[in-house]
Amino acid sequence: MKLTDNDVQEIIRLLDDSAYDEFQIETEQFKLILRRAKTEQGGWSQQRQTLTEPDLLTAADSPSEGGLTHSPKPDRRDEQEVQEEGLKEILAPIIGTFYRAPQPGTPPFVKVGSMISQDTVVAIIEVMKLMNSVLAGAAGEVVEICIKDGEFVEQGQCLMRLRPEQG
Amino acid sequence: MNFQRILIANRGEIASRVIRSCEALGIETVLGVSQADLDSVPARLADATICIGPPQASKSYLDVKKIIQAAISTRVDAIHPGYGFLSENVLLARECLQAGISFIGPSEQQLKGIGDKLQARKNALEAGLPVVPGGAVDNIDQALDLATELSWPILIKAVSGGGGRGMKLVHGPEKLAENMELAMAEAGAAFGDSRIYLERFIESGRHVEVQLLGDGENVIHLGDRDCSVQRRYQKLLEEAPAPDVRHDLRLAMQKSAVDFGRHLEYCGLGTVEFLLDCDREKFYFLEMNARIQVEHPVTEAITGIDLVAEQIAVAEGRKLRLDQSEISFSGHAIECRINAEDSSRDFLPSPGTVTLAQFPAGPGIRVDTHIEAGSIVPPYYDSLLAKIIIHADDRPAALAEMRTALRNCRIAGLETNLSMHEQLLNDPEFLRGGVDTAYFTRFTHATLTPGQRHV
Repeated sequence: MKLTDNDVQEIIRLLDDSAYDEFQIETEQFKLILRRAKTEQGGWSQQRQTLTEPDLLTAADSPSEGGLTHSPKPDRRDEQEVQEEGLKEILAPIIGTFYRAPQPGTPPFVKVGSMISQDTVVAIIEVMKLMNSVLAGAAGEVVEICIKDGEFVEQGQCLMRLRPEQG
Repeated sequence: MNFQRILIANRGEIASRVIRSCEALGIETVLGVSQADLDSVPARLADATICIGPPQASKSYLDVKKIIQAAISTRVDAIHPGYGFLSENVLLARECLQAGISFIGPSEQQLKGIGDKLQARKNALEAGLPVVPGGAVDNIDQALDLATELSWPILIKAVSGGGGRGMKLVHGPEKLAENMELAMAEAGAAFGDSRIYLERFIESGRHVEVQLLGDGENVIHLGDRDCSVQRRYQKLLEEAPAPDVRHDLRLAMQKSAVDFGRHLEYCGLGTVEFLLDCDREKFYFLEMNARIQVEHPVTEAITGIDLVAEQIAVAEGRKLRLDQSEISFSGHAIECRINAEDSSRDFLPSPGTVTLAQFPAGPGIRVDTHIEAGSIVPPYYDSLLAKIIIHADDRPAALAEMRTALRNCRIAGLETNLSMHEQLLNDPEFLRGGVDTAYFTRFTHATLTPGQRHV
């Protein structure tokens, strides 16, 4: 698949009305990153990369290894974007790798629909070879799990959303 | 054979350390680095670097295929695995052999005889070493019988375990079944081997280890180290020689370690760990580590021997350069591990960017590190930033010089445990010498303010 400049312009037109500041698309052949520049109101900066040679050692891992040293920035959604009002966010207390289950192959701590209390352990974040339990911090029902198992999270990033207990 | 070029399959301070010995020996170095370590100090120090994958260790430093591929691509003669990661990995040793590359470490067979803790116990018994009373159990009935025979409390350990993972302390029969299931599940998940064994729990023990070097025929020891200052099985401070050990006990431990190495016909650098029972003045074989250890500089300080160079020499197929009578010990050495963790906040890991790094210098001071101002300490790997090693005429002098060295060490940009070490070096119980492995918990309870007491 070839990505022409016209295609890029078309994508930009489609996205221009959207609320997003950053757009990334990655296939095996190319990687395209569009960012709304902070300085130029509403403008887009374009970064395109054609990945011709698969990485010698890590072809199976991720196509982004061709030259980028940092994984894509995690999706930081604004508070206003919360679909339902009154949802509580469970934030990452520390930077690290997010795990939904106590051990590989075991059931997750919580699922969408789980009723949890303030002290429920909802996930583990591994940082510097140390496992840290993440507590819910509030009672309610889990309505969304925002991070995939094994993904890297920044401190303060939203991990899950829950509907607080009534009363 | 003479190694011309070595791949270092590790990172951090030990990568820098191995590069230093290679430079002295005139060996070219290739450093295998993850994407997170491309700009690290060891990457700059190495003659060449090869990227072995993304930051996550499981996709880079722990991936045997990538390490072997990197070694073949860069046409190295040997792989130095450092410590941790793949340093005692049977598969890496086997793949090296098949690829015609030397593994700087013992043979696959020896790794198996050491990595399997039951096999290691069996080898220790055959070599005439005392082991902590205990044995393998397959089911709860066997475990109940054995535990009763050993007397409570007992320790459940994983056959393929290490670093304290999968270990459970059980005080009585009512909790045995529950803990056994938990230990087996944890061991299965962590090591892919759910087998467990039981040992009598020694209430007050010191961790004393003996450094070995073997060429497959001859085995010598390079003295002992005390590593009893530990938090959750992670060592924080080590000294050589072990302070306040009765002379005959020390000699007996050193002889036992050599007996064990001879029994294995050990070829490489290794460490035999003992549990020294303070109450009964007896020692027991715990396990052997078949690699260079973090705390090796204290042994280098008191013997004047470059352990990495000797390790490379035996991997090249050379006979031992020294016999036991040529090994002598001088003075006392202490190592403090400076970690990126906040000792005032329950040792919370503190990755980030180093904005300032000033290390002490002077006679008798050695600093092994991989950081400088501007270094990024990634969240993916362990928290070791630097090791400060002091060598002095005796223990009191070494303690005093370490206090000065710590005062002259400044690291900013992230939290460190420097202040914890300063407090430790002013604690009367530690200063007396010969603390047991339970000491550090007592120390933190007594020193840290309430609300921070989670050890």
